Amino acid sequence: MTDQTQNLGRSLLETDARTRKRNAAEARFKAFGVAAIAVALLALVVLLTSVVYNGASAFKQTYFELDIELPEAKLDKSGTRDLEVMKKVTTIGYAPILTAALEAAIEKAGIETTLDKKAIGGLISKEAAATVRNAVLANPEIVGTTQSFSILAEGRIDGYFKGRVTLESAALDSNTSPEALMLAQALADAGYADTKFNWAFLTAPDASDQRPEAAGLGVAILGSAYMMIVVLVLALPIGVAASVYLEEFAPKNRWTDLIEVNISNLAAVPSIVFGILGLAIFINFAQLNQSSPLVGGLVLTLMTLPTIIISTRAALKAVPPSIRDAALGVGASKMQSVFHHVLPLAAPGILTGTIIGLAQALGETAPLLLIGMVAFVRDYPAAYTPEAGLFGEASTALPVQVFNWTQRADPGFVERASGAIITLLVFLLIMNAIAIYLRRRFERRW
Amino acid sequence: MLPLTPTLFATLFLTGAGYFVAKGKANRLTGRLASLPHQYGLNAALSAILPAFGLMVLWLLADRIAARYEISLFRPENANVFPIAISVVAGLFVGVAINNVKPDYNARTAAERWIRGALITASSIAILTTVGIVFSMLRESFAFFAQYDAAKFFFSTEWSPNFRGDSALGILPLLWGTLYISFIALVFSVPIGLFAAIYLSEYAGPKARAIVKPAIEVLAGIPTIVYGLFALITVGPLLRDAIASPLGLGDSASSVMTAGLVMGIMLIPFVSSLSDDIISAVPQSLRDGSLGLGATKSETIRQVVLPAALPGVVGAILLAASRAIGETMIVVLGAGAAARLSMNPFEAMTTVTVKIVSQLTGDTDFNSPETLVAFALGMTLFVLTLGLNVFALFIVRKYQEQYE
Amino acid sequence: MNDMRLMERAVDMNETKIAAKGVQVYYGATHAIKDVSIDVPARTVTAFIGPSGCGKSTFLRCLNRMNDTIDICRVEGDIRLDGEDIYDKRVDPVQLRAKVGMVFQKPNPFPKSIYDNVAYGPRIHGLAKSKADLDEIVERALRRGAIWDEVKDRLHAPGTGLSGGQQQRLCIARAVATEPEVLLMDEPCSALDPIATAQVEELIDELRAQYSVVIVTHSMQQAARVSQKTAFFHLGHLVEFGETGQIFTNPRDPRTESYISGRIG
Repeated sequence: MTDQTQNLGRSLLETDARTRKRNAAEARFKAFGVAAIAVALLALVVLLTSVVYNGASAFKQTYFELDIELPEAKLDKSGTRDLEVMKKVTTIGYAPILTAALEAAIEKAGIETTLDKKAIGGLISKEAAATVRNAVLANPEIVGTTQSFSILAEGRIDGYFKGRVTLESAALDSNTSPEALMLAQALADAGYADTKFNWAFLTAPDASDQRPEAAGLGVAILGSAYMMIVVLVLALPIGVAASVYLEEFAPKNRWTDLIEVNISNLAAVPSIVFGILGLAIFINFAQLNQSSPLVGGLVLTLMTLPTIIISTRAALKAVPPSIRDAALGVGASKMQSVFHHVLPLAAPGILTGTIIGLAQALGETAPLLLIGMVAFVRDYPAAYTPEAGLFGEASTALPVQVFNWTQRADPGFVERASGAIITLLVFLLIMNAIAIYLRRRFERRW
Repeated sequence: MLPLTPTLFATLFLTGAGYFVAKGKANRLTGRLASLPHQYGLNAALSAILPAFGLMVLWLLADRIAARYEISLFRPENANVFPIAISVVAGLFVGVAINNVKPDYNARTAAERWIRGALITASSIAILTTVGIVFSMLRESFAFFAQYDAAKFFFSTEWSPNFRGDSALGILPLLWGTLYISFIALVFSVPIGLFAAIYLSEYAGPKARAIVKPAIEVLAGIPTIVYGLFALITVGPLLRDAIASPLGLGDSASSVMTAGLVMGIMLIPFVSSLSDDIISAVPQSLRDGSLGLGATKSETIRQVVLPAALPGVVGAILLAASRAIGETMIVVLGAGAAARLSMNPFEAMTTVTVKIVSQLTGDTDFNSPETLVAFALGMTLFVLTLGLNVFALFIVRKYQEQYE
Repeated sequence: MNDMRLMERAVDMNETKIAAKGVQVYYGATHAIKDVSIDVPARTVTAFIGPSGCGKSTFLRCLNRMNDTIDICRVEGDIRLDGEDIYDKRVDPVQLRAKVGMVFQKPNPFPKSIYDNVAYGPRIHGLAKSKADLDEIVERALRRGAIWDEVKDRLHAPGTGLSGGQQQRLCIARAVATEPEVLLMDEPCSALDPIATAQVEELIDELRAQYSVVIVTHSMQQAARVSQKTAFFHLGHLVEFGETGQIFTNPRDPRTESYISGRIG
């Protein structure tokens, strides 16, 4: 009877010691949950902050605003404005002209400096000579005149204006000096140097190891776009066809089971394995061009297919059987009921799944490394050439470009890599926003 | 290379022409037709494009195989046979379809047969992909084992490839790095993911859930290269300067801990969304039963909900483990390149995936064991992850059946 | 000692165990229970009957605050157990539910062994001091649940392996094991076949000796068979409450009569 009396006669209004202890355990347990969520959200915030903090500056770039005298004696000795002759003057021939223009600006602004000619020329990016040369070759008439140009400052000068390089760090750096930074500051104060929005980052091709200031994402964005086209054109119809078959027509047999098991397993195969597949089948066996968006697109198609199939099947499943029955009831064939009624109703869901699959493919890196998309590519790839075929020209891709830049020695590339990530994330954000919009807009509850 | 572009154009032309000719012919027919005119057109169009595409793919395959064995039939000067032969075949099929435009011919069922065939082909691509993966890796793996002792590959503890030959290519240090990093990632992500899922499904109000759940899922949408960069420029230096260096545990920014931690962050949404599904599948009646006996919420979760959900949660953890083992970019940028068998988590180590990338991206002779080893590594990785997936899916499915 | 208890019981017969006054329940914007007042007597089986959706289950779940687990549910009014307001801020629902046990519509044994199912309540409430103690509690509860003889040889087999009727009796034994004073039963036989139903009904009748039992049922025959008091709910109102015999033979309210005679419901 002892146990029985334990509960009897005890007031509900006072909490006993055991219940207090149990409630404390409850509070602790709940706190663990809150802490877990806090850690997850904190990780997200730190991750995004780190990327933005390191990469935002890639969207700004320091330029010198100079009036450059283009002497005929150096750029077109023949005086004929014949392009073939003028092309013989390489960028090395242009460099002294730029240095002279900068010296003139220093003198005009009345800035005192102890730097010699070579060090002053070092303030200017090695890419700048090419910029001026291209302008001259595009319009030979400007030779002999003085033109104003925005030319790239060297990476460390740019870094100084962005706060990455300081007078202290420059003292330890063999590529620059505190004097050079002070000179650049003086030029900026006099209005000869300026930090502007960096369109070239989104449009220019990659640049070599010594020129982080000139490196851009143009080729990578183009390559990624080509691959997305390939993925969309192949994965969407194949994925929808496969889903329609499995969801609407497939008999319950071993072959169907085999396909189902295959799809769910392919969805979990590590992405790098698809890279190995691409290398062995598409490049070594089928002899398609290495580094081409076509091969990249094919590999990403195979990777994306399971995602698209799974979401398409979910969309098809969500269409109630009554719709099919109604179509069949008025004498439509099974095929007609699916293509005329079920598919249009499932379209928003299919589209949403496709966009999410595309977003996944856009961010994928590992398989592309294996099919040679890490190559250094400076030429914009053409969508079609008779020699290389459709999407057959060497290219790179956004996420691979990020990886590429992380492997470079110059610290200026850290900023570039993070900037490229921001670009990638913006693209992903847009795609996901479209997917969410579609889902909200067309969501139907049966 | 076969002249694909002209072939494509020829096929498309025949497809279009077949559609309009057949439809036109059907329109001119008098009497009651078995199908609508456009269905005759559709049948003709499908009769052109589907066999042509099928033949194109088969021919391309044959051409590639022939190229390997230098068979003369497919020499470049005979390349023009390709578009002509395919056009002829497509033309024949269209001809038959147009000839069949008669009142009593059911073009709709004929067209549907073509479509059905196309659907079946599309769904078989999943199987072809798997076959392709297995075939390509087996082939090159055999080539590797012909040049390198399999026992040494699987049991040697030394990895030091030497591109002048005489390499030691033991997988054990790579496997060790892979498993160590995956272990740390799971130690980090499983409790956080699980507790987050529990809180979201059992405690959080609808408003909090509507905000927190998508926020955590954002982590799942971020490409792994972003995590890799995060490991390289933020987490690695931070761990080195804050923990490893002061404690004298190492001075490398790339380390097992760096890669494991960042991979752990990546896996949180994976674990939490899978666990969320599984916890939600536990019937409400069990919760009511426990609460009705006077159990607190946490007692209910720990002693009734979690034990009931255990098989599913184990399956989710195995899936997460498989993902950790196959992850590439985070370890390429965060773990390091040195093959090492060590217990110190602040030392740089390397993984199977890192070595696949490094052996296949260098400029090397494709048929050297140093390159071919990547395929043997890939095969090992594939078998490992496939085994985990199949087992995990089996457990999860068994679990779900229990509450259906 | 024995005399004392007999005297207590005599007093108990007229004692009110649960007194509800002016209870209102809202689900979001829906007004589910409208101004219900009822006195549930001790050591009696009280049946709540009424058409589905009338609020009888909702009201039952107010008596041990199970409605607290539903976010959008709001309870107003005054419910007292032995004179103590169970919605008082100081009352811990966990302690309340130990005193007011509950058996649900669908048998819901935990996916544990039969023994662990019954031992669950005593363990969380710390009722057993030793393993032997716990064994004794489990045996007593299973005996009271009238299922001891059927499971005594397989106490460590999973509870989910029993038949439906056995599962429900196991759930009753599980509820009894925490030594509650009141037992709430929410349509306990709706998922059972007639034979299992008869067994459970017999059990309910036995439980009356020690507990106040409140049973929600959709079957009027069942209410007539097992209860001494019956309350008829309709559209969230408590229409009539009285002796079971009187409700079924001589209802005072025309709505009760319509329901009893099968015109509404």
